[in-house]
Amino acid sequence: MITLAHFLTLGAILFCVAIAGIFINRKNVIVLLMAIELMLLAVNTNFVAFSRFLGDPSGQVFVFFILTVAAAESAIGLAILVVLFRNRATINVAEIDSLKG
Amino acid sequence: MTESLPLVSFYLFGAITVLAALAVITVKNPVHAALCLVLTFFSTACTWLLADAEFLAIALVLVYVGAVMVLFLFVVMMLDIDLVPLREGFVRAMPVGLVVAVVMLVEMLTLIGVRSMQIPAPAEPAAAAGLSNTAWLATALFSQFLLPFEVAALILTVAIIAAIPLTLRRRVGVKAQDPARQVAVTARERIRIVKMPAEKPTGAAP
Repeated sequence: MITLAHFLTLGAILFCVAIAGIFINRKNVIVLLMAIELMLLAVNTNFVAFSRFLGDPSGQVFVFFILTVAAAESAIGLAILVVLFRNRATINVAEIDSLKG
Repeated sequence: MTESLPLVSFYLFGAITVLAALAVITVKNPVHAALCLVLTFFSTACTWLLADAEFLAIALVLVYVGAVMVLFLFVVMMLDIDLVPLREGFVRAMPVGLVVAVVMLVEMLTLIGVRSMQIPAPAEPAAAAGLSNTAWLATALFSQFLLPFEVAALILTVAIIAAIPLTLRRRVGVKAQDPARQVAVTARERIRIVKMPAEKPTGAAP
């Protein structure tokens, strides 16, 4: 029988994998965006599991809104990335330091 | 056997999800990372199906695998990225990242607790209400959450409109035709009539 803890464990593992991804890929903006998507997925898994086990539709409605905002976020983020690459010819985070005094 | 089938499939989908997520953060090529992310989303959608969230599982596949990841792939393939400098520091940052992630994971698993693995799931709430999952979700979405729903639509519209001027650029020195000016042209602009006195030959021709 699948229990709530199974889903929460899966969500926790996904979230920690995303954290590790942000640590080890901190030069590459594209992989950073992908790690953020993984984190959102982990949170969504928790929402779905709680909605199922508490019998409340609000959790699934929240996942719906998170999906909407995440889609908008990645569209804007990738647009910014394209503009950044066009202006600087790099997506290396270490080289984007124009605002540094 | 049929009793344990959901649990076995949950472990299978969960294992694929975790392995694909690990591949996302470790592979060299961003295109491969994007494809592994697609696999992660897909197997997560399968685990959501096991949690009786059919609508969201299909929405995840349609929205993420169908739209967002294709956008990611487009951008990754469009940019000509030099991968070598992006990989430096990978090995150096690996121990820190691993330590932080493992400590966080242990903390979270302690919070979740292994004992709660024994508590079985209640009856499916949507079926208990005599509805399908989609109808159950829609009832809440279009009554209690109507205003947030419309705000979400507004957010998507703003995102669409904002993405266009962000990437729009006007290049200088492009020899492109301007149809509006071509149509609006008049005969006076095409030919210029110059009035000048006729020349008279001076002296006798030889």
